[in-house]
Amino acid sequence: MKGLSDLKKSLNIIVCIKQVPATTEVQIDPKTGTLIREGIEAIVNPFDTYAIEEGVRLKEKYGGKVTAISMGPPQAEEALREAIALGCDDAVLLTDKAFAGADTLATAYTLSLGIRKLGSYDLIICGMKTTDGDTGQVGPGLAEELGIPHVAYVRKIVSLEEKCIVLEKSLENGYEEVEAPLPCLITVTKEINEPRLPSFKRKLLARRAKITLWGAKDLGGDPKRVGLEGSPTTVIKVFHPEPRSGGQVITGDPETQAEILFQKLKELKFL
Amino acid sequence: MKEIKVIKEKCTGCGACVQACPFGAIEVVEGKARISEDCRLCGACVSSCPYEAIVITGKEEAVDLSEYKGVLVFGEQREGRIEPVVYELIGKGRELADKLGEELSCVVLGYNMKAQAEELLSYGVDKVYLYDHPSLAVFRDDPYTDIIVDLVEKVKPNIFLIGATFIGRSLAPRIASRLKTGLTADCTGLEIDPESRLLLQTRPAFGGNIMATIVCRNRRPQMATVRYKVMKRAEKTSRRGGEVVVMDFNPKKVRDRVKVRKFVKEEVEVSLTEAEVIVSGGKGLGGPEGFKLIKELADLLGGAVGASRAAVDEGWIGYSHQVGLSGKTVRPKLYIACGISGSVQHLAGMGGSDVIVAINKDPSAPIFKVADIGIVGDLYEVLPRLISRIKKYRG
Ligand SMILES: Cc1cc2nc3c(=O)[nH]c(=O)nc-3n(C[C@H](O)[C@H](O)[C@H](O)COP(=O)(O)OP(=O)(O)OC[C@H]3O[C@@H](n4cnc5c(N)ncnc54)[C@H](O)[C@@H]3O)c2cc1C
Ligand SMILES: Nc1ncnc2c1ncn2[C@@H]1O[C@H](COP(=O)(O)O)[C@@H](O)[C@H]1O
Repeated sequence: MKGLSDLKKSLNIIVCIKQVPATTEVQIDPKTGTLIREGIEAIVNPFDTYAIEEGVRLKEKYGGKVTAISMGPPQAEEALREAIALGCDDAVLLTDKAFAGADTLATAYTLSLGIRKLGSYDLIICGMKTTDGDTGQVGPGLAEELGIPHVAYVRKIVSLEEKCIVLEKSLENGYEEVEAPLPCLITVTKEINEPRLPSFKRKLLARRAKITLWGAKDLGGDPKRVGLEGSPTTVIKVFHPEPRSGGQVITGDPETQAEILFQKLKELKFL
Repeated sequence: MKEIKVIKEKCTGCGACVQACPFGAIEVVEGKARISEDCRLCGACVSSCPYEAIVITGKEEAVDLSEYKGVLVFGEQREGRIEPVVYELIGKGRELADKLGEELSCVVLGYNMKAQAEELLSYGVDKVYLYDHPSLAVFRDDPYTDIIVDLVEKVKPNIFLIGATFIGRSLAPRIASRLKTGLTADCTGLEIDPESRLLLQTRPAFGGNIMATIVCRNRRPQMATVRYKVMKRAEKTSRRGGEVVVMDFNPKKVRDRVKVRKFVKEEVEVSLTEAEVIVSGGKGLGGPEGFKLIKELADLLGGAVGASRAAVDEGWIGYSHQVGLSGKTVRPKLYIACGISGSVQHLAGMGGSDVIVAINKDPSAPIFKVADIGIVGDLYEVLPRLISRIKKYRG
């Protein structure tokens, strides 16, 4: 990374992480029609571990501090402890019954309140998406709520200077090198780094660390914009996808099978 | 009418609101915040103020949903070429607009795009809003957001569709947050509910085992992103009467904070999403050499090579070949799945193919439930014979 000597201040980095079910193979209870979530282990959203790692690497290079923030139920504290084990210095959990049922708009708003309360920052790092929500919308939405610029799908930090950051941003057919002013928000892809495993020492530290808990009262803001009430989208139905129906099955010896398939492909004009 | 006010007695001139304002509409003058007419009453400063010194007064005008009419499509372009996904959104958008008895429009931002905008009309678009300016040639989130939000506030579309490209996925949430409306990602189904006339947005959830239908009741526009190759492409029509509306644009009126220094093109070895024929290999290949056979057949058929995630995870082939929920969505005329079991996640990416052929040893493999032509057998015995038969036929 270039630009080392240009950086005269210590960095204040915020990483947004979410706790998600370890598996995405959630099933519907055929009797009640609701989701079965019991007995499924919770982990840090795998894409967010890249965000944590990148934040920690920047801190190690330039000095400063990394704060992990999450909105979720009280048990999400575990995910934040893991973030500390992975190198974050501080952690804040935004938790309140009023936050439940948030869609991406309400989540972004709630996170923006928490981040404002934390004070000033230079860089916010999000994962490119979650494995449960699977939208990738919270990062850019959060930047908009905070009124700061964002760069999505960052695959490399090229350099960091006092007032700006140079990044490689992925596109379908290549990448762009962009220059963003600080403070800004980035969402990072898997290519950006190889997350480390937590050391034993840090695990111990994480176990004892104090996680700050903030509820709706602490955050202030507009109560109509959080949780279910602040969510314009509503799920009205969940169902199993209808399979398309199968056609002809060809059995027999391989020679005949190959011949029949060949004739079919010819018939359908693929040959 | 809503009004915004700084309570001078409480304001300390700390500048938190200046930072927070998305529109650069606040300055600190003589130790107090001053709000200019660029203010759009978004309220960002109100929540940012540590001293509760900024208030918005007056009744919030209830959103009159009936004011919002028509379907708007984001006409994304790169290097002056309209992205293929746009034609698919137009195809779907036309269907939705017809059901509602409303207009279909498209917004294009770029430079020298007049001809391309005209061309969109022949796909059944009623109106193309064109912002044509050198500074808009290359996408940047800031100016694109400002311009599109302004347009949406003017034309008030009922539905707004955006392609789930890297650009669309970055832009759409920013716009939705500014408009404080709902946004559904990666929809695979879009329909109008005949009773409520709401947009029913269906997407895979929880790893694709489950589909969820989502609505946005009280906010407008109803926004959704859609991946490439999920909807059917619009056909050229003979219907005429559409128009290109050239919009005024003043670069000074929009923000532009992130600079694009350069674009570096990287060769993508397979254009899976474009291919009309795809031959795919899975875990059943048993090793990387299996892909030589797959490639040979793909080459003979003029197609591309696909893979299941299991094969990619084994390291037998690169991620760019992965088809499915966490890979690419494809919609070829012919999809040949070899040694692929047919998990829901894989089906999520190729279920829209016109003809599906499956070769699998296990007669109970789920892939046979979707295959038009199923071959129960060992791929290592069937494929070489098929390949030599095709070679013989071609001479
Ligand atoms: C969130 C999430 C996202 C996912 N995204 C994707 C995705 O995008 N794409 C994807 O593909 N998967 C995805 N998966 C993984 C998916 O669940 C399956 O694990 C995967 O598709 C299985 O790949 P496969 O069919 O090649 O392997 P297997 O399920 O192991 O099937 C191998 C098949 O090969 C057959 N076989 C073995 N030997 C032979 C032979 N000699 N001749 C003929 N047949 C033979 C076997 O009978 C078997 O049916 C995802 C999973 C999750 C949880
Ligand atoms: N509840 C949450 N708390 C903190 N960060 C979140 C939360 N939800 C999403 N994020 C962040 O936003 C990114 C995108 O999430 P999503 O839009 O849900 O796919 C994630 O990778 C996280 O960095």
